[in-house]
Amino acid sequence: MKILVGIKRVVDFSVRVQVKKDGSGVNTDGVKLGINPFDEIALEEALRIRERGTQAEVVAVSIGPAEVQPQLRTALAMGADRAILVETGEVLQPLMVARVFHELVKRENADLVILGKQAIDDDSNQTGQMLAALWDRPQATFASKVELKDKTLMVTREVDAGLETIEIDLPAVITTDLRLNTPRFVKMPDIMKARSKPLQVLKLEELGVTAAPKLEVTSYAPPPQRVGGKKVEDVTALVATLRQRGIL
Amino acid sequence: MNRILVIAEHDGKKLNPATAKAVSCALAIGGEIDIAVFAADAAAVAGSAAKLKGVKRVLNIERAENAHQLAAALAPQIAKLAKDYTHLLAPSTTFGKDVLPRAAALLGVQQVSDIMKVVDAHTFERPMYAGNAIVTVKAPAMPCIVATVRTASWQACSEDGHAEITAAGTDAAIPQHTRFVELKADVSGRPDLQSAARVVSGGRGVGSKENFAVIYKFADKLGAAVGASRAAVDAGFVPNDLQVGQTGKIIAPELYVAVGISGAIQHLTGIKDARTIVAINKDPDAPIFQVADIGLVGDLFQILPELEQELDKL
Ligand SMILES: Cc1cc2nc3c(=O)[nH]c(=O)nc-3n(C[C@H](O)[C@H](O)[C@H](O)COP(=O)(O)OP(=O)(O)OC[C@H]3O[C@@H](n4cnc5c(N)ncnc54)[C@H](O)[C@@H]3O)c2cc1C
Repeated sequence: MKILVGIKRVVDFSVRVQVKKDGSGVNTDGVKLGINPFDEIALEEALRIRERGTQAEVVAVSIGPAEVQPQLRTALAMGADRAILVETGEVLQPLMVARVFHELVKRENADLVILGKQAIDDDSNQTGQMLAALWDRPQATFASKVELKDKTLMVTREVDAGLETIEIDLPAVITTDLRLNTPRFVKMPDIMKARSKPLQVLKLEELGVTAAPKLEVTSYAPPPQRVGGKKVEDVTALVATLRQRGIL
Repeated sequence: MNRILVIAEHDGKKLNPATAKAVSCALAIGGEIDIAVFAADAAAVAGSAAKLKGVKRVLNIERAENAHQLAAALAPQIAKLAKDYTHLLAPSTTFGKDVLPRAAALLGVQQVSDIMKVVDAHTFERPMYAGNAIVTVKAPAMPCIVATVRTASWQACSEDGHAEITAAGTDAAIPQHTRFVELKADVSGRPDLQSAARVVSGGRGVGSKENFAVIYKFADKLGAAVGASRAAVDAGFVPNDLQVGQTGKIIAPELYVAVGISGAIQHLTGIKDARTIVAINKDPDAPIFQVADIGLVGDLFQILPELEQELDKL
């Protein structure tokens, strides 16, 4: 079986992103970048499916500028068999990303695509669902447990009401939630080994994907700031303050 | 004129309060508003939906396959209904996040996720980077606008409407490749985290599943819903549906009490819209205090019982 995994480079989760003064975007100069945490989980899950004994080839895919190659090398060091970079200088929105993945899924004859449920930069939470729609295949979003049984998958999903389990037929798309697994650390020898694994670069234009409609981003603004920071001495003062505020 | 279709969220019996918030967003866009109820038996839910302010029609789309709100089943039907509308909206809950992008892709539409504010019928504000940036986006009007509504940004609309309830259907083919197995839902009987006026959340500082009893006890005293940080959920103290934050629930209660929670960016994203934030933490430098309206430094295991005693005196 062939598993495609999405790897997006994003601003590291520990960075408090700042909006540029002129509202044209956010400051990314000198900011730490890394693999979207949900994508690391996606890759880890693909590797575990393989390690549990299923014959599988794991292909890490990223769409972005040439600078995302280090993230793909990390994916290869974690254990992906090969990587594909769809190179573009443009920042693609989810529908276009889904179209690109759909094209790759067809070319690669993939059986399973595992993506993060959201990227922690644009927080859209759309791509997996869109890919499943275009591909006309099942989607299991927000997965916290995945069991492969022959040609079907049992997936437990984290939903607002609790945990939902669905059964889906392969081929299919899964999007990962945080509790699906804990990604492994990359070891030094694996980084060396990853250097010789295949990393194929395709130009976006070569794929022949029809450009998708886009949202026009007209401005960026910082969120309204909460002015907190007041402390009280003890429980009595806390209750008194809550009463003053009309809460109790 | 705008024609807006709001997809109702429900569990087969009751309309989810998030739907009334999506209707508030529809009212801000302005135009004729319909609600679609996809269900095996829509009667009870449609009755509640018909009361939501400003709704013209409630469309009951009843099919056996609609019993479990599966995205694969609903999306093709939504896409068919879309031809009569300028806007499709759903709340940005796990339900809306699952189903709406699938419908958007079938329509060839780039979805707008998490509308916080309506600038005009095609222009919206939405959060990015865990809420650290608010972007204004303009969506192409054709063929239609598809968007989820950030529930914490909207009050529920009033329930003084009298919409007409009609049966509707589509000839959409429903795939058989996705099958519902089970739902393990919370049955605590406590207020619903997403709509509660008061929420008490515990974090890693609570220490264990057993210790979480102190959080439940205090929440019950306040009549509050219980929430948690990711660390508390990951450690198995509480189930996943209690997680508050960027990747959990985004809430806007009147009162939020964070107990033994440090205040990571991802957690704060979920509580920014709370009216009053109270923080109880033994570390005076915990970042949660920077956003808390009222902070109290100390050991939660001492403070919570004392607080309960004080509340008993009121
Ligand atoms: C992609 C991604 C998404 C995430 N999404 C979320 C999310 O949705 N929600 C979320 O919450 N987190 C999320 N996180 C995790 C987040 O970064 C933090 O790790 C998490 O919120 C920390 O939880 P905590 O505050 O309970 O634990 P800690 O940071 O460990 O804080 C525990 C606090 O308890 C205090 N404490 C300990 N003992 C006591 C005591 N006896 N009395 C009083 N105080 C005490 C300590 O001083 C400390 O401040 C996400 C992370 C990533 C990478």
